[in-house]
Amino acid sequence: MTPKWRLGIAIGLVVAVLAAAIYFPILKRRVKKQAQVQQKSEEQARLELVQSLNAASNEPKVKAQLFWAADAGYSDLVANTVELPLSKDPVLRSKQVLNTLLAGPVDSELRTLPPEAALLAFYILPDGTAVADFSEAMANSIPSGVQSEQLAVDSIARTLEANVPQVRRLRILIHGQAVETLAGHLDLTGTFPVSTKPVPPAPAPAGVPTTK
Amino acid sequence: MNRSIRRIAAVSCAGVLLGALAVHSQTPSAGPASTTTPPNSQNPATGRAGLNIVVLDPAHGGTDPGARGSAGIREADIVLELTAQVRHGLENQGFQVLQTRSSNENPSFDDRSALANAQTGAIFVSLHVSSTGLSGTVRAYTMADMPLSSTADGLIPWDQAQASYLPLSRKLGDAVQGELTQRFKGSPMNVQSAYVRQLRTTAAPAIAVELSSVAMGDKSDLDRMLPGVADAIVRGIVTFRPSYVTPAVPGNAPGAKP
Repeated sequence: MTPKWRLGIAIGLVVAVLAAAIYFPILKRRVKKQAQVQQKSEEQARLELVQSLNAASNEPKVKAQLFWAADAGYSDLVANTVELPLSKDPVLRSKQVLNTLLAGPVDSELRTLPPEAALLAFYILPDGTAVADFSEAMANSIPSGVQSEQLAVDSIARTLEANVPQVRRLRILIHGQAVETLAGHLDLTGTFPVSTKPVPPAPAPAGVPTTK
Repeated sequence: MNRSIRRIAAVSCAGVLLGALAVHSQTPSAGPASTTTPPNSQNPATGRAGLNIVVLDPAHGGTDPGARGSAGIREADIVLELTAQVRHGLENQGFQVLQTRSSNENPSFDDRSALANAQTGAIFVSLHVSSTGLSGTVRAYTMADMPLSSTADGLIPWDQAQASYLPLSRKLGDAVQGELTQRFKGSPMNVQSAYVRQLRTTAAPAIAVELSSVAMGDKSDLDRMLPGVADAIVRGIVTFRPSYVTPAVPGNAPGAKP
């Protein structure tokens, strides 16, 4: 190898190192920014739900029943009566009660859903099937196990049954996707029965699909 | 010419051998998880038709550790230890035992079900450890109610395989839970129902057994539970055994004896 070649390679290497030194901090900033954007979109979903709750604040307060764990041993669910200004629209009403369920009870040991989880979308199909789309935290942060996963789904289904008579069955999506299990145990490929009672002649219109 | 013919023959033989090895390793009965007797053969120890095979399913494994405790307890490891103890007890009772996994691997839900569905006269027991619940208690689960439907030609859809076995699964679950409740105070009196993914596609009486929990501060506390849980499962299966009859018509679910 001639000294001319050696010099060329050395210059090339120096240029590459300099380019990397400039580019890597930029890349790091971009990755950080991207992560923040994703976090924001989930926070935004939560905010929208809180706003929807506030939007219905003109409604008179009614007694809503929310189902959290009966004890820290997760043995069963127990109904808790909470006064909420619930909307008459079944989709908005569902979002309100599920958002309150996600917010959790005063005693955090009795919560059935992870605090990081957010309801991203909710709609009711004409046949009464409710589709609830939760953020990934619902699957990633829930305690893994048959008991805890079943209790989480039961708390959602029974809360909907108690407050939104239009819902007949429940389908759960995670971040817009149909998934096989909640956290390795509970089957999410089908629907969960919510209510078999006859639907009352509600004045509210049937829910239409809503987006984030 | 002769040399090239010999070369072709050698390559062909090697190919056939490799192919045979690959097929052998794909066959569940040939894997390390199975016993030496063929899966469909009648157990000579029992020498009668009916329930002879128990498929044990240590949940999770491979890249999926299952529930994890702060003390470093991993569900996938504990259930493998429990499986070995249950297997020992069942073999002493004359059962043929198959395992869906016997090392740190993670077969799919369908592969695990397929191992049980390929047997005649088998039950399926999936083993779990929860991350919550009252420590020191154990719960047996059956699949929650599911619609029973079949296609026009009488075939049962794969994802509803458990539907026609639910009454027998509940009977098995109650027998096992009864034994567990006697040993582990605070456990429920009867089998619970839940939408357990693993049970849905299993065409045999099937239960899941879940210990509480990986949240125990010391692994030795959980280890101490294992012999009692294993013994309760074995006794429950022995109690259930007379209730099981081999299906008279292939494809039909076995009925419970009156």
